[in-house]
Amino acid sequence: MSQTKLSTQSLNLHFGDKHVLKGINIEIPANKVTALIGPSGCGKSTLLRSFNRMHDLTPEAYIEGKLLLEQLDLYDKKNTVTDIRKRIGMVFQKPNPLPKSIFDNLAYGLKLHKTPKKEIPDMVTKALQESYLWEEVKDELQKPAVQLSGGQQQRLCIARAVVLRPEVILMDEPCSALDPISTKKVEELILSLKDDYTVVIVTHNMQQAQRIADYVAFMYLGEVIEFDECEKIFHQPQHELTRNYIEGTFG
Amino acid sequence: MSRSRETKDWIFRLIFKATGLLTIALLVGIFLMLISNSIAFFFDVSLIDFLGGKQWSPDKGGGVYGILPLLASTGLVTLGSMVIAIPLGILTAAYLAEFAPSRLQAILKPLIEVLASIPSVAIGFLGIVLVGPAISNVFGTLSGLNALNGSILLAVMALPTIISVSEDAINAIPKSYREASLALGANQWATLFRVTLPAALPGLIAAVMLGLGRALGETMTVLMATGNAAAMPTSFLDSVRTITATIAIEMGEVPFQTTHYFALFAIAAVLFIITLGINLLGEYLANRLRKYHA
Repeated sequence: MSQTKLSTQSLNLHFGDKHVLKGINIEIPANKVTALIGPSGCGKSTLLRSFNRMHDLTPEAYIEGKLLLEQLDLYDKKNTVTDIRKRIGMVFQKPNPLPKSIFDNLAYGLKLHKTPKKEIPDMVTKALQESYLWEEVKDELQKPAVQLSGGQQQRLCIARAVVLRPEVILMDEPCSALDPISTKKVEELILSLKDDYTVVIVTHNMQQAQRIADYVAFMYLGEVIEFDECEKIFHQPQHELTRNYIEGTFG
Repeated sequence: MSRSRETKDWIFRLIFKATGLLTIALLVGIFLMLISNSIAFFFDVSLIDFLGGKQWSPDKGGGVYGILPLLASTGLVTLGSMVIAIPLGILTAAYLAEFAPSRLQAILKPLIEVLASIPSVAIGFLGIVLVGPAISNVFGTLSGLNALNGSILLAVMALPTIISVSEDAINAIPKSYREASLALGANQWATLFRVTLPAALPGLIAAVMLGLGRALGETMTVLMATGNAAAMPTSFLDSVRTITATIAIEMGEVPFQTTHYFALFAIAAVLFIITLGINLLGEYLANRLRKYHA
C-alpha cells in the first residue's frame, strides 16, 4: 500500500443520541481512488463529510477520535477549517454550481484564498482543461453556470474543486444525478485526477466502484466491515456481509 | 355525469379569471380616476409651472402650485427611511435566517410581525413624544418635528416588511449553495455576502420595493411627525410636508372642483406614477438577476 493520505483513529460520530459512526479506523492511500460502499444509512456520506468538517455547522454532531490529513489533526482547534477545506475539496451528489457565471464559479474559490488577480484567468483555464470541460465552454465563460447540462455542471463542480489545487477531493455520489454518458465522462475524469490528487468517492453503484476504485471500504451500520484493494473486495471478500452486499443479496 | 364535472371546472376557471381581472380593473380604475381629475388642473396651471415650481401656496392670490417642495419632502423622508431600514432589515433577516438559534428565531419572528401591526397613528405619537424631543436635544433644533423624524418612523414601519420578505428570500436559497461555498474554504461571512445574499437579491429587491412602497405612501405618521412646512427643504433637520400629508391636510378644506381641488389629484397622480415606476424598475431588475438561477 502506498503512503497514507487521510486516516481516522477510533472515530466515533453522534448526531444527538444517534451513534452514526462507530470506532472507525481507516487509512486512505495517497494518489488512489478509494470508494466507500454500503447500503443506505450505513454512514458512508457521514464519514466522507467528516474529513472536510462539513458537520461543523450541525450543532448536534459530536465527534470523538482523530482524523488526520497526513500528520495534520483535522479537528485540532489550532487548524482553521477554511485552510483544511482548501486542502480537501468536495464534490456533492447534486451538481451545485453557484448562481454566478462559469468563470466566476471557479474564480470564487481562488479569490477567497487571495490568489493574485492576474493569475486567476490562467488557473481557471487550466482547471477547465483538466476537467475536460474547456472545449465545451471556452467561448461562453460568462454564461450563467446553471445553463449548462447536468453532466457539464458536475464537471464544473469538479473543476471548481481542482482549481484550488487541493490534495484530496471528496466526492459524494457524484454521478447519481447524471445520465450514463455524463457518468462515463465524469468517471474518466476521476481516473485522470488520481495522478495528482487523492480521491475518496461514495457510490451506490457497484459497477462504478469496480471501474474506478483502487481501494474499497465496505461499510455497514456505521462500521467499516472490510477495507482492501478493489480486486479483493469484489472477488475474494473476507467477510460474509461484504459478499452478500456485492452479490446483491441486500442493500 | 362527467359533463357536469367539466362544467364545474369551467365555472371555477371563470371565477378565478374574474378575481384576477378585478385587481387589474381596480388598478386601471384608480389610475384613470386620478388622471381624469388631474386634467382639469392643467387647464389652469401649466405642466412646467407644476413640475418645476418651487413654491406650493394654494391660498396665495390665484394659488401657486409648484410640486417640487412636496416632491423633495417625500423624497427626503423616504430616502432617509430607506438608508436606515434597508441595511438594518436585510442584516436582521440574514441573522434570523442564517445564524440565530432556533429558540431565538421563534421569539423574534412573531415580535417583528407585531411591529407591523402597530397602527400608523401610534407610530406618529412615538414621533411626537419620543423621537422629536430626542432630535431637538441631540441636534439643538427648536423643534424635533422634521424630515429626520419622519425618516426614523418610516424606517420603523418599513422594517417588518423588509425583514420578513428578505428572510423568506434568504431561506429560499438552497442549502447546496452554502455547502458549495463552505466546501471551497469560504467562512460564513464570505458565504453570506458573496453567495447567499447575491443569490437572494431578486427577493431582497422585492422586499425593499415593498418597504419603499409603504414609506412612500404612508400618510398619518409623516403628517404628525414632520412639522408640515410646505417649503423647499435644505436638510434632514428642516420641517417638511410630503405629498401624502399635503393631500390629507388640504383635501378636507378645499372647495369642490376648484383648481386647488384638482391640484391635489394631480400630485396624487404624480405619487402614483412614481410608485408604479419604482415597482416596475424593481421587477425588471429582479427578472434580470433571475437568469443566474436554476
